[in-house]
Amino acid sequence: MAPKKNAAASPSPAAVPPSAAKPTAAVTSASGTPTKAANKPSTKDIRNAQDMQEIAVGMWNNYVDKTPQRVKLLDAFLVFLMTVGMWQFVYCVIAGNFPFNAFLSGFSATVGQFVLTVSLRIQTNPENKADFESISHERAFADFIFGSMILHFFCVNFIN
Amino acid sequence: MAADSASSGSADFFFKGESARNTRGLLRLIILCTIAAAAVASRLFSVIRFESIIHEFDPWFNFRATKYLVQHGFADFWDWFDDRTWHPLGRVTGGTLYPGLMVTSGAIYHALRFLTFPVDIRNICVLLAPGFSGLTAFASYLLTSEMSTSPSAGLLAAIFMGIAPGYISRSVAGSYDNEAIAIFLLVFTFYLWIKAVKVGSIMWGGLTALFYGYMVSAWGGYVFITNLLPLHAFVLICMGRFSPRLYVSYTTWYALGTLASMQIPFVGFLPIRSSEHMSSLGVFGLIQLVGIAEWVRYQLPSKQFQSLLRWMVVLVFGGGLGGLVLLTLSGTIAPWTGRFYSLWDTGYAKIHIPIIASVSEHQPTAWPAFFFDLNMLIWLFPAGVYMCFRELKDEQVFVVIYAVLASYFSGVMVRLMLTLTPIVCVAAAIALSQILDTYMLASAPDETGTQANGSANGSTNIKDKLTTATDSLRSTKSPLVGIYSYLSKSVITGAVTAYLLLFVLHCTWVTSNAYSSPSVVLASRMPDGSQHIIDDYREAYYWLRQNTEQNAKIMSWWDYGYQIGGMADRPTLVDNNTWNNTHIATVGKAMSSREEVSWPIMRQHEVDYVLVVFGGLLGYSGDDINKFLWMVRIAEGIWPDEVKERDFFTARGEYRVDDQATDTMKNSLMYKMSYYNYNSLFPAGQAQDRVRGSRLPAQGPELSTLDEAFTSENWIIRIYKVKKPDNLGRTLQDATSFEKGNKRKKSGKRKGARVLRVE
Repeated sequence: MAPKKNAAASPSPAAVPPSAAKPTAAVTSASGTPTKAANKPSTKDIRNAQDMQEIAVGMWNNYVDKTPQRVKLLDAFLVFLMTVGMWQFVYCVIAGNFPFNAFLSGFSATVGQFVLTVSLRIQTNPENKADFESISHERAFADFIFGSMILHFFCVNFIN
Repeated sequence: MAADSASSGSADFFFKGESARNTRGLLRLIILCTIAAAAVASRLFSVIRFESIIHEFDPWFNFRATKYLVQHGFADFWDWFDDRTWHPLGRVTGGTLYPGLMVTSGAIYHALRFLTFPVDIRNICVLLAPGFSGLTAFASYLLTSEMSTSPSAGLLAAIFMGIAPGYISRSVAGSYDNEAIAIFLLVFTFYLWIKAVKVGSIMWGGLTALFYGYMVSAWGGYVFITNLLPLHAFVLICMGRFSPRLYVSYTTWYALGTLASMQIPFVGFLPIRSSEHMSSLGVFGLIQLVGIAEWVRYQLPSKQFQSLLRWMVVLVFGGGLGGLVLLTLSGTIAPWTGRFYSLWDTGYAKIHIPIIASVSEHQPTAWPAFFFDLNMLIWLFPAGVYMCFRELKDEQVFVVIYAVLASYFSGVMVRLMLTLTPIVCVAAAIALSQILDTYMLASAPDETGTQANGSANGSTNIKDKLTTATDSLRSTKSPLVGIYSYLSKSVITGAVTAYLLLFVLHCTWVTSNAYSSPSVVLASRMPDGSQHIIDDYREAYYWLRQNTEQNAKIMSWWDYGYQIGGMADRPTLVDNNTWNNTHIATVGKAMSSREEVSWPIMRQHEVDYVLVVFGGLLGYSGDDINKFLWMVRIAEGIWPDEVKERDFFTARGEYRVDDQATDTMKNSLMYKMSYYNYNSLFPAGQAQDRVRGSRLPAQGPELSTLDEAFTSENWIIRIYKVKKPDNLGRTLQDATSFEKGNKRKKSGKRKGARVLRVE
């Protein structure tokens, strides 16, 4: 990843002027819902306003083609967790947080599980091989189970 | 010759190859065990000098709670409501303490019982701190080994940690306080964190969270970790060192650790409510955003991405900070606590929260204390931090941040010296190991091998060598650095060894002289040099236990609350868990007012006995008259109209107890109780207070609402019984003066009729 970082960094100053006005527009969508789906179109937006939809579809196809099946499974789980977490939050805002313990442990369970799954995805991603030399896929999965067990033990204990 | 070659052959066997690694590992293990033994042994002075006894104040509460835990079991301990403290309020003890310490010793107790070792719970409590100090030495070995490649750094750090007085001050045998296990947990959590950042595995992150949770259950100082780890992560991100490893370790730690910390009832929802914990939440959000940004950039290597990222970071940071301020103002998030403010403004506590300022360990540190507690480590410390700057990897960044923060905080509060000590030991070990590695090698640097060997004992050759060295320095870019002469090697090595030995001497001296006193039992020297034990505290507490009712309420200044609860087993009004400032101020007011004001207060609170500590006879300076001004200040904070600090000073602004003392001072209950009957010990007009060094007024104070019940051997503890209301409905003052008159008239007979006539 390191060399790529440099490659991306060096040409960027030159590229700033044309986009100077646009980042604000892009940022609102990016910070409002910091999801992958929201970010993709926005970056596209900067480059080329036309045919955003087409590019998004291209991205999607690219993702479907290139991503391994296992990682897709993880991503589906992540989307699920994110949905659940958002529902919990919306419920908390609308209906109140009365059993605060319960809300908190439920919400932390989704957040924690999300984070752990992302970590698993990062560790098993072949592109991050350099960062995680010492961690095999099996080890990563065992770690993931270990982390989840701690997480859910605490959540159940906290739920009252 | 033959023997020589044979020995070198066996030496080869031990010092080279695979078996050498094993040998070194074994040696290292033996050294570590020896260090742990030394760490434990150096903390046993107090047990040897005095006895196996719990020290000071807070440990007595911990001891009492542990006994409760062992007796009643965990569930009862968790729901413990204690009606024998803070009378009449009581205290939800189970929900307002850090249970880690008690649970640890309870677990050890049950484990040993299970193994059929009949151990007394008191001995476990007394020896818990030394035992854990051995583990701390081991933890700092692990931590330092992560920081430095040098094989000696870890071992040096372990021995430094084992005997540094800064840590011993809180972990001698008998000092059964939260810090006893908390420092081990602190160091070990940091080790796990460094490991997690290095490896980037969920397991290490999860273990960090588990030990962090343990730390939260053990000590309020966990907030230090809560802020240090996010700061480390934040600095790494700002340095452009975000890596998937950091993401994995930080998010795992935060998600699990926050949940773990919320399991403790005393902490509860604080991690999402109070400002002290917000930095970790903020960095958690930030790291998510950075992670997403990295991922998006990976998907789309766009040129505008950098500027987009920058904008996003600025906006999110600003938004987060604004949101935090807004939530704080609206009251959703608790604002910073007073203790926190007093970390930044050292004068804050004295003005706003005298109860915090009145604790001696919350005072700013005097600079000699650094040398006293850390000796030579304190000047090796900056060198070690500098070494970390030279090789600035992720873990070295951690050392630098920790060093900067801890040295600031230790300057603000004496007790925070404790958090500085680990990093000082680590940094000093890194610096010293560098010196030792450079100078202790017998063989000269490689490049000029033959020359160096030839010049081993001739100092004339050094110049030649220097010139060749400079030549090569100019020609090749990498300078050849090395020590050639045995002379300089031996001088430096000798000096370092001498320093190390001096350090050991200093540590032993400090430990035995300054930190090993239980403060429950005092020691003094007789003229012939033999030791004399002054045991007034236990004498008085035992008197209370034997001679008062089971539910007699004892009023004393809060310092002694835990000891009365622990040793005398009697209910107290206030104790060292200073959760209710008003209640403490009430006691302060009762102590500092006139009897007419104090007596109703004491009656309202059902006080049966009042206990004061008086050191005037013995010259014991930690007595209540010296603490009196704090009582006045705290009472003044609540009743500024009735208690005024100014009234206790003379017109010239002096705090005096002799006949120059102000009337307010002389009439205060504390003054009267301290000096009541004190005159009778001396020839007329000769009464002397040996702490204040002043002669007392010829006429001693008179008490009308209290009876002297007990005075210990050296007059350190004096206990008074509160009088019941007069049978005839008179005020107690009248009754007393009447009785005095009566006694005078006793010589002339018939008192009964006169009483009637007066009525």
